[in-house]
Amino acid sequence: MLRNYIKMALKVLRRRPFFTFISLFAIGFTLTVLTISAALIDHTLAPMPPETRLDRTLGIYQLSAKGERIELNTQPGYKLLDRCIRGLPGAEVVTIFSQARSVNSYLDGKKIESHMKRTDGAFWEIMHFDFLEGNPYTEEDERNVNFVAVINARTRREFFGGSPAVGKMIEADGQRFRITGVVVDIPIYRNNPFADIWVPISTSKNDHYRSEFLSGFTGLILAENRAAFPHIRDEYRLRLTQIAMSDLEVPGVDVLLTRPETYYEAASREMLGTPIEKTRTAYLFAFFAGFMILFMLLPTISLININVSRILERASEIGVRKAFGASKSTLIGQFVTENVILTLLGGALAFVASWIILTLFTRAGIVPYAQFSPNLRIFASALGIALFFGVFSGVYPAWKMSRLHPVEALRGKML
Amino acid sequence: MICLKDVEKVYRTEEIETLALSGINLEIGEGEFVSVMGPSGSGKSTLLNVIGLLDEPSKGTVWLAGQSIEALPDREQARIRNRQVGFIFQTFHLINDLDVIDNVEIPLLYRRMPSSERRALALKALERVGLASRVRHFPSQLSGGQQQRVAIARAIVGQPRILLADEPTGNLDSQMGEEIMSILTGLNEDEKTTIIMVTHDSRLAERTERIIRLFDGRQVN
Repeated sequence: MLRNYIKMALKVLRRRPFFTFISLFAIGFTLTVLTISAALIDHTLAPMPPETRLDRTLGIYQLSAKGERIELNTQPGYKLLDRCIRGLPGAEVVTIFSQARSVNSYLDGKKIESHMKRTDGAFWEIMHFDFLEGNPYTEEDERNVNFVAVINARTRREFFGGSPAVGKMIEADGQRFRITGVVVDIPIYRNNPFADIWVPISTSKNDHYRSEFLSGFTGLILAENRAAFPHIRDEYRLRLTQIAMSDLEVPGVDVLLTRPETYYEAASREMLGTPIEKTRTAYLFAFFAGFMILFMLLPTISLININVSRILERASEIGVRKAFGASKSTLIGQFVTENVILTLLGGALAFVASWIILTLFTRAGIVPYAQFSPNLRIFASALGIALFFGVFSGVYPAWKMSRLHPVEALRGKML
Repeated sequence: MICLKDVEKVYRTEEIETLALSGINLEIGEGEFVSVMGPSGSGKSTLLNVIGLLDEPSKGTVWLAGQSIEALPDREQARIRNRQVGFIFQTFHLINDLDVIDNVEIPLLYRRMPSSERRALALKALERVGLASRVRHFPSQLSGGQQQRVAIARAIVGQPRILLADEPTGNLDSQMGEEIMSILTGLNEDEKTTIIMVTHDSRLAERTERIIRLFDGRQVN
């Protein structure tokens, strides 16, 4: 039966090439935009190297220091993280690292701008970087204040013309580091791992950071499993209460609001601007779904109209099918299937178009180090969106078709 | 096999009410070949549509194979049309986008059966009407008589017990009409298929077992 439906759908498409072109263009354009959006969301939020274990990772990204006359929103400081996340029960590994900061280097009189991140040794245990050569530095390097660095492929290219860099020295931010490893470029929108140069925190130019509770750092906790999240959160909250507000060196602060968040909780907070103490992950997904539906509404309505007008051409066929035993539900199934086939064709075009656009986008280097390569998840998203679109725009015309009176339909009379 | 009791069919629009059938009482036995005659607008096609469950009577009762078809849900009506009834139309009503064999397979699409079996039955039906060599042709590539033979193959492929033919020779010349009539007679004699045929042609009607005459929606014999 499906073969028959497919055959019929293709025949109908060929019958009116202009209608078909308009339909496919509308579907293809809509699905291209949605597939590209899905790809961007996927590359920003989905687990992928080096962040492969996002499902059991909690992060301390944001902190809100509040008082009667003050409200300070910033990142946590090193001291707060050192006190509150080290040795948490249920945590497999924890890491503390700084925000990526822009630094300058000078090579043969040429200025090279890079992003530098200062991390502990555990950073390399939580993040699964793909090393092109060498190894990460260790916890021992951090303890012993070894001036070592991991650089990315772009930095190797800039400093060494792409030749092996391990063991060589690099100057950045007025300091010299021995390179221990080279990793692939990480795009800027993967905020946690992103940098051009990674060095131990202890190599900072001074150790003021050790006494600061506020600003400049992020903490990640890799839990043993998701079931440990509540214990980790409880213990973190308890440790937070043990920090005296007077130690913050910010007068007027009465309370610190900060909590271990999943990657998606943090992303939804960032995107929706919700307070740190609220969880709005569902809102984020609702936002994406709402955007998708709104965006699809107009082409859906146009496709519904085209489909309804196509009924007029097919009245006799509907009459024949009814006369020979097609029930209303069978006809609805047939016409929805035909519409899904049409949208899958549009989806295939959209997938190809998205692939080309994403490749051009990547090549143009608009987003540093972005590699918007299509993957199975994006393909599945595109397929899902196309199916949703197909069913959504096909049900009403199909229902209308199925209600045609068989005698009237055989006479070629319309609705 | 078929029984109609006090059947009435009224078509209503906002302005006008048309009585298409009135007081129809009819019994047609299994294996009978009956023709329905009458002037245009006398209700012949309406009668066929009511018997074939394409239209519902406004009043009265219709029994098909001992089953009252009153208030049957859509799915059950579709099942009866699929299993018990085959339609042949004056204008053939073949689907131009499908080739001959796909057209013939249509009734079988609504039954659960493997595609190989469906194809075999469709081929057999086409052989029965002498068109086995035209399976890959499209309706537009066939003559009127051939198209009607395809339509007959489609009507009989599901081996229905009742064939409803609405002026099956109306669009054909006399020679082709004769061919179609021979096929119908053969089906009636060999398969014992009950056939009700609407016709304007009294010569063809006389070759059936019984003639039902309609005038202004009423039975006149």
